[in-house]
This record gives sequence, C-alpha cells and structure tokens, in this order.
Amino acid sequence: MANLTLVQAVNDGLATVMRDDPSVIVFGEDVGPKGGVFLATENLTKEFGEQRCFDTPLSEDGIIGTAIGMAMNGLRPVAEIQFQDFIFPAFDQIVSEAAKLRYRSGGQYTAPMVIRTPYGGGIRGGLYHSQSGEAYFCHTPGLKVVIPSTPHDAKGLLIAAIQDPDPVLFMEPKALYRSVKGEVPEGHYTVDLSTLRTVQEGDDVTVFCYGAMVPVAMKAAVKAQEQGIGVHVVDLRTLLPLDEEGVLEAAKRTGRVVVVHEAPRFCGYGSEISALIAENVIEYMEAPVKRVTGFDTPFPNTLEHHYMPDERRVLDAIEQVHNF
Amino acid sequence: MEATDAMTVIEADGGSNGYDPGLSDEELLHCYRTMLLVRAFDDTCMKLQRSGRIGFSIPNLGVEGMQVGAATALRKDDWIFPCYRNFGMALYHGISPVDMMHNMYGNSRDSAVGRQMPVHFSFIDPIHWVSISSPIGTQIPQAVGAARAFQLRGEDKVCLTSFGDGGTSSLGFHSGLNFAGVWKAPIVFLCQNNGYAISCSSEQQTASESYAIKGKAYGIPGVKVDGNDLLAVRRAVCEAVDKARAGGGPTLIEAETFRMGGHSTSDDPTRYVPKELVAEWAAKDPVDRFERYLGKRGLWKSGDRERIYGECMQEVGDAAKVAQSTDAPGLETIFSDVYADLPDHLRRQGQAAFDLASRRGDAATGGGAFPL
Repeated sequence: MANLTLVQAVNDGLATVMRDDPSVIVFGEDVGPKGGVFLATENLTKEFGEQRCFDTPLSEDGIIGTAIGMAMNGLRPVAEIQFQDFIFPAFDQIVSEAAKLRYRSGGQYTAPMVIRTPYGGGIRGGLYHSQSGEAYFCHTPGLKVVIPSTPHDAKGLLIAAIQDPDPVLFMEPKALYRSVKGEVPEGHYTVDLSTLRTVQEGDDVTVFCYGAMVPVAMKAAVKAQEQGIGVHVVDLRTLLPLDEEGVLEAAKRTGRVVVVHEAPRFCGYGSEISALIAENVIEYMEAPVKRVTGFDTPFPNTLEHHYMPDERRVLDAIEQVHNF
Repeated sequence: MEATDAMTVIEADGGSNGYDPGLSDEELLHCYRTMLLVRAFDDTCMKLQRSGRIGFSIPNLGVEGMQVGAATALRKDDWIFPCYRNFGMALYHGISPVDMMHNMYGNSRDSAVGRQMPVHFSFIDPIHWVSISSPIGTQIPQAVGAARAFQLRGEDKVCLTSFGDGGTSSLGFHSGLNFAGVWKAPIVFLCQNNGYAISCSSEQQTASESYAIKGKAYGIPGVKVDGNDLLAVRRAVCEAVDKARAGGGPTLIEAETFRMGGHSTSDDPTRYVPKELVAEWAAKDPVDRFERYLGKRGLWKSGDRERIYGECMQEVGDAAKVAQSTDAPGLETIFSDVYADLPDHLRRQGQAAFDLASRRGDAATGGGAFPL
C-alpha cells in the first residue's frame, strides 16, 4: 500500500497497466516529457519510451480519431484530453465513431480505448477549464462513462477501463487531484465498472453523487448527523452503464433522495436518477427528489464557489427532503 | 510531379507512355471486369431502389477507374478506410456482390445487421474494409491511427483512406494529414475529386489551386493524377504505397474524375450540373480508356464489354435474389453489439420490447423513403 493523491493514483494505474500490457500506449497534448499539465503522465515517457507515451499536435479531433484507428488495429490507446472543456472538437469522433463502431460493423471492428480527461471546477478555471460535460456523453449508447472520487478507485477503475472491450470516457475530478489522499494497493487490481460505492450507510436520506461532489456530500452528511439525520451516501462511480438496481435499492432504503452534481441541472445526470426513481420505486418515496447542481448558466470564474454545490447547499437539501 | 499537372498513362491510341503496370493479363482483365461489376451493381441497385425493394443507393458511374486502379496497389493485409462512393476497391479485392447486397437490403446476413443505411459496408475478409460512416472525413484520422499502429509494431502494412473533394474541407482531413505528417505514418490519402460534393462544386468547396497541393502545408507530397486513367491511378498509388511501406511516410493523391450520376438515388444532378460538363467527361470514360489499352495489348475485342457486363448483371441479380429472400434481423439485434456484453438496462429494454410485441403485435414497418 502507498498513500497517494488521486493524480498519483492515476499515474500509478497507467504505469502498472503499461508494464503488464505492451499494447497500451498513452498520448495527448503535453503528456510526454512534461508529464501532462497535471502530471498525470509524469515519468511515463522516461520509463516506457516515446513510442508508448508521446505528445500529439494540438488537435482533440486528431487525438481521438487516431486513437480509434489504433484501437481497432490492436493497440490499447489511453488518450488524454487536457481539459474536458476542450473535448468538443472530438465529439463527433467519440459519439458517432468510437461509440458506434461495434454496432455498425456487427462487431467486426471495435474501439477498446480510454479517453482520460480532467473535469470540473474549483481551480478558478472559468468558463473553459471547469465544465462538467458528463451528461452529453451519458446520452451516447456504446460509450462508458466513469468518474472516480478516491485514489483507490481512480487506479482500479482506470485499469478496468483500459482492459474493457468498449470505449470508456474516464473523467477525473481535477479539484480532487491533490486534495484527497488515500491508500492505494501496489501493482495490478481492478474495480469493476458499473458498480456503486457506498461511502457511508445511513437510514434517513440517500445522497447520490460522484467525482468531486463526493467529499462535499460527505461533509454535509457529517453535519446532518450532528442533527441526528443519518445520510446514506452513494458514489455512483460509473455513470454509464449505470448500476440501476443499486440506485433503486439505495433510494428505497430511505425513501428520501438528494442528487448532487456540479453540471447544470437541466437534462443533467440528476434528471436521469430522478426519473429512474419516479418510474420504478415511487411508492417507496417519502419526499420529492431534490437536485443540488450547478446553475443553468455557463461556469463563472470569480464566483465559482457560489456556482459549485457546497456543504451548505447539500445540507440544505438533505434537511428539506428529511423534513418534507 | 507538379501538383497542378494531372499525371496520365493511357494515351489516345491505347498506348501507355512506356509505363509497364506490372500486372498479368489475368489481373488486367480482372480490373476490367471489376469496373463492369461496379456498373452492374449500380445499375441493379438503381432498379431495386426505383422499384422500392431497397431504400437507397450511391452510384459510381465515372469513378470506377480510379477505385480499381487504387485497389491494385494494395495487398490483402493492408487496410482500406473508405467513404461511401468507393466500393470498386472492395469488389477488386474479392468482397462478393452477395455480401454487399445483404447490406443493401439490411438483412440478417448484413455485416452491419441492418443497422446502417445501404452502401455502408463493413468487411474484414478478404481485406479490411473498415465500416463506413456517413459523417464526412471521420475515417481519415482513424486511418492514420491504424497506420500508426502498423508503424509502432514495425509491420510493413499500409492504410489507404479515400474521401471525396468535399472531404478535404472536413475537420478529419486537417487533423488526419497533420498527424500523419508528424508521425510519417504509412498511409495513402486518396482524394476522389469527382467534381461535386452533393451539389457543391469544387469552386465553392475551396479556393486552393488544387486538392493535391493541400498536402504541402502538412509536409506531405501531393500528387494529382488523371482519375479516369486506371493505370495512372495505379502508378501513383503504387509509388505512394511503396514509399509508405518503406517508411517514407504519407502521400496525398488527388484523382481527378467526375461523378456522372447523382450523389445518390435521391438526388437529381440535372438541377446543378451543367450538361456540357457531363458531355465533356463522358468522352473521358474510364472504361473506354482502359478498353483501348487492353485492345492494344490484344486482350480485348469488340463484344467483350457486352458479354462481361451481362455476366456481371447475372451475378449481381443472383446476389439480389439471395439477399431479398434472407430474413430481416431479429428484434434482439437492436440491443446486441452496443457493448461487448449486454448491460442490464439494455436487457430490460429488450425484454420490454419483446413483451410489448407479444401483447400488442409487431411495430408497423414505416415508409422509409430517404429524402436526400
């Protein structure tokens, strides 16, 4: 076991799988000798050479388009998009190509690849270094969308994603890159995709969250406990395909649900969780589902601390559904 | 070769300007037959579409020569990343008309299992013909990635990706050529400049003096070749393939040709293509050109075209009969191949679709006339 930050765990995951599997290659903007703008790929070029970890031109469409070709031709590419905000030139390649290749070729061609990208606010990145675009991608059959919130999960989910036969968008909460530390097993291990993590058990209110909102939800849960409200906190970890049964079980457990995400509310991931609950277990519900989200505005710079859900807002929602 | 001069080989009298294509008599005749097979496939599909048996087709009249000429330069273990007006290359390499017809009908034996529109073929045998997508130019960076994989593994295989004149305006053209130039990837970019992108003429498409010259900015040599001259295309693509195989990097080839028909069975080109232009290109027909070469070599005589075309029509007609009598894909194929393993939510959605069908009967088939 090593005590690592989340970004160190990502780096460890990449190095571990590259040692095990020579077909795994890492590329993107500034990921080579510089090690990436967040140092997620630090030392990979040094250890594995520039044939296996290399810089690309500044072109997201080119990074993802070439990754698809490599993936269909026997490599396991792990492509980095420097900030998730910059992924949209590659939207066509991700949504229309990688995600549909298996389907449209009847399985003759596939794109087993991982797109790693830091997402979310909290670094004063303003409009274009802070967005949470998971909902765009969760609307895409054929794609998997994974968001870790702990160093342990970051490494285990990343290795599972790289080994997965389908394309995976691996969104890393940049706010947690260095702010969380945790025990990470050495060497190879995986955390299964499409499984939830129960962060803490509670019987009064269920909070669904993921990524950088997990520690926020936990802070609110601790405060709620001081008032005698037991909060069941669930880290979704894989947004697509979602463990729907697990979500429904956790919702039924308390009958009172809060969903937390940084992304805007309208058609956000919380909408899907709410609809899932409404369609399947409404008879168990004691209160309307409450969403705590970013506003339906672009992501502001100076006032980002107002935009992002914080302990106050989550606690407020927990109290509202509890007292309904 | 200056990018603005289109290279030609076949002379007016059928001579080859001293160029020896290095193809056996059988291979030359296979080229000829493949062009006629493309025509037979197109002609058959047009009739099937007009009679409502298939929904859509993409004609190739006028561009068969460049497709077949390019195909001759490739080995079976090379990969082709095509666009939708390219299938002469597939037929040359032995993809069977019946396998293509299954796709035209979208039946259960279609490799795309009826999920794609017609002409969006996908094959892995006897050559990798990578599943076609409708968005323009997306296959270009993918081909570069696949070529990079060959390069990283030290294999001497190459990729050829083909796209139209319109494709040169796409994001994928820019990113693909840029990456390939930087990586010196073993790839050939084949621009099938057939004059129009649906109704957009080359003058509206670009202010560049040619498409071939666009390679220069990426550090990639651009070659312009007479696309209706099968041997000229073979010569240019062979040189590019040999160079790529030897580690010399990519080449951009502009094959100047003309789409004699519409963009698709749903298009009426008389609305935007001047008649004089069609007449001008009709005089440069690639099959006529190649016939003259074959004649000069003693491989062709009067009546051969009708006989071989007739054989091709028979073959394609038989293929259509097989495809037409093959069942549609089962309802479960909506849900399979989305992921390697069927996730729970798709299993539930599939079950619900079957349950509904058992309670309320099957969904009615829609009209499905494709408008473009």
